[in-house]
Amino acid sequence: MRTASGLEIRDTADLKSALPSGRIRPPDPCKEQPAPDPVSTRFTETRFSRRKQRNERVAQTVFLGMTLLMILPLLLIVGYLFYQAWPILSWDFLFTNPKHGMRAGGLWSPLLGTIYLVAISLAIAAPVGVLAAVYLNEYARNNWFTRIIHLAVVNLAGVPSIVHALFGLGAFVLFAGLGRSILAASLTLAIMTLPVIIASTKEALSSVPMSFREACWCVGATRWQTIRGVVLPNSISGILTGIILQVSRAAGETAPIMFTGAVFFKAIKEGDPFAYGLFDQCMALSMHLFTISTQVPDVPPALPYGIAVVLLATVLSVNALAIVLRIYLRSHKKW
Amino acid sequence: MVTPPKKIEVAGLQVWYGRHEVLKNLSFDVYDHEILAIIGPAQSGKTTLLKVLNRTLDSAAGATLKGTVKIDGEDIMKVRSVFDLRRKVGMVSPLPVGLPMSIFDNVAFAPQQAGLTNRTELADRVERCLRQAALWDEVKDRLRTLGSKLSGGQQQRLTIARALSHQPEILCLDEFSIAIDPVTTMRIEEVLKQLRSQMTILLVTNLVQQAKRLADRTLFLLSGDLVEIDRTDVIFSDHPAQRKTYEYVNGIFG
Repeated sequence: MRTASGLEIRDTADLKSALPSGRIRPPDPCKEQPAPDPVSTRFTETRFSRRKQRNERVAQTVFLGMTLLMILPLLLIVGYLFYQAWPILSWDFLFTNPKHGMRAGGLWSPLLGTIYLVAISLAIAAPVGVLAAVYLNEYARNNWFTRIIHLAVVNLAGVPSIVHALFGLGAFVLFAGLGRSILAASLTLAIMTLPVIIASTKEALSSVPMSFREACWCVGATRWQTIRGVVLPNSISGILTGIILQVSRAAGETAPIMFTGAVFFKAIKEGDPFAYGLFDQCMALSMHLFTISTQVPDVPPALPYGIAVVLLATVLSVNALAIVLRIYLRSHKKW
Repeated sequence: MVTPPKKIEVAGLQVWYGRHEVLKNLSFDVYDHEILAIIGPAQSGKTTLLKVLNRTLDSAAGATLKGTVKIDGEDIMKVRSVFDLRRKVGMVSPLPVGLPMSIFDNVAFAPQQAGLTNRTELADRVERCLRQAALWDEVKDRLRTLGSKLSGGQQQRLTIARALSHQPEILCLDEFSIAIDPVTTMRIEEVLKQLRSQMTILLVTNLVQQAKRLADRTLFLLSGDLVEIDRTDVIFSDHPAQRKTYEYVNGIFG
C-alpha cells in the first residue's frame, strides 16, 4: 500500500515477519528507500487551493478596511476640533472663569466642576461596584436570585441617561433633600456608572481560571483568602481599566447632571482647586458646551471648539492613563 | 494480624449529579498509614470520591450526597470548619496548577494562611516540601520566579509540594503522573513510599501497574459501584474475588 507522499505502509503481520527479532528498527538511511513520486501532488496548485487563497486575501482586505474606516472619523474629528479651536487655546483659557455672558474668558469653572463630578461619582461607584461584583462572582451561588440580580445589572447598564437624570432628581434632589448640588449630581452619575463597573469587574474576575481558586480551596484557604491571595491580584488590571473607562462616560454625560446639580453659569475663585463645596451647584464642561452652542448668541466661533478640545483632551488623557496602567499590570501578568 | 486503626470510614456513600448517580452505595474503610489505590475506567467516580473527602464537592452545582464519611471517627459533613478539614486532606489534582505567584509563595501560601508567619520556619517548611516532591534541586536557585512559568512536570511536582505544605494526615493524589515523565514518576513513587510512615495515601490512578507497585490495598470502582477492595497482591493475583477485577487489571476490558 502506498500513500500519496510515497511512504510505504505495511501491516503489523508484515512487520513481524520482516523483523524476526520482534523489535521495530528505524529505517536505515543508507539502504535504498522507496523513491518519492516524481511529481509531488501535495503542493501543486489546485482550483480549490487558489480559491482558498483568494478568499483569504479578500477577508484580510475587508477587515483591514473596516479598521481604517473606524479610525478615520476619529482622526477627522480630533483634527477638525484642533484646527477650529487653535486660536483660543492657551493656559489662561484653562484657568479663568467664563466672562461677558460666557462669550469670552476661559473655562476654569466648568473644568473644575467636571473634575469634581467625575471624581466624587467614581469614589462612590467604584468601591460599591467592585465589592458587589466580587460578591456576585465569588460568593453568590448560581440560583434564581443571583440570576435576577445579574439580569438587573445588565439591564440597568442599558437604561438611557435621561432616565437616570429623572431618577436622580426624584431620589437625591427632592426626596433625600440634597437639593441641586454636586453631591446629588455625583450620586446620579454614580448610579449610572455602577452597573457598568459591576459588569466589567465581573468580567475581569471571571477571567481568572477556576483551577486557581480550586487549588487554593484544596489547601484549606477560605473564600476571602483565595480572593485576596489569588483572584484580585490577577484581575486588578481588568478591574481598574473598567473603572477608568467610566471616567469618560461620567465626564461626557450632560443629561444626568442637568437636573441634579449643574448650572448655566457660576463664577468661582480662579486657580483654587477647592473652590466648590459638596452642596454647591457647579458648571460642567459637557453642559457648558451645550449651553454655549445653543443658548448664547454671538459666541466667538472658536470657543465651543475650545471647550470640546478640553473635554476630549481630559477624557483621552484619562483613557491614556488606563492604557499605560494596563500595559504596566499586564507586564506583571503571571500566567 | 492486628488491624491498624481506621483513618477513613465510608458507609453507604451515594452521590448524584442531578439525576445521574455517580457513586452507588459505597462502604469501605481506609486504615492509618496505608496506601490505597483506587482504580477503574473513566467515569467510574474516582475523582468524585476524592472530592467528597475534602468536601470540594460542596461547591459543585447540583451534587447531592447521602451516607456518612468519617475521618478519625468524625463525620466530615458535620465538621465545624471545612477549612480545617481540607488542611487535613491534601489534594493533588490531575492537571498541574502553578498558582501565579512565586515558587516559594506557592508552597508557603497554605501555611501562611493557616497563621505561620515565622520566616525561618516558613523557609524550612517550603524547602522540606519541595524536597519531598523531588523539585528542590531544580528550583532552589530561583524560588522567586513564578510558579506558573515552570514546565508542566515541574508544576505537577509543585502541586504535590503545595499539597504537602499544610502537613495533611491524608494525601489524595488524582492521577499525579499524567503530566510527568517516567523518571520523575518513579522518584515521586519513592517519595510516596516514604510518606506512608507519616500519612495515609489515597492514589487514584489509571496505571494499574502503578497501583501494583505502590499500594497496600486496591479498590476497584466500576461506574460508581465498588466492585472489590482487597490487598493489592490479591487484586493482582490470578484469583481476585470478582471476575471483572481480573479482567480489568489484565486489560481484557476497559
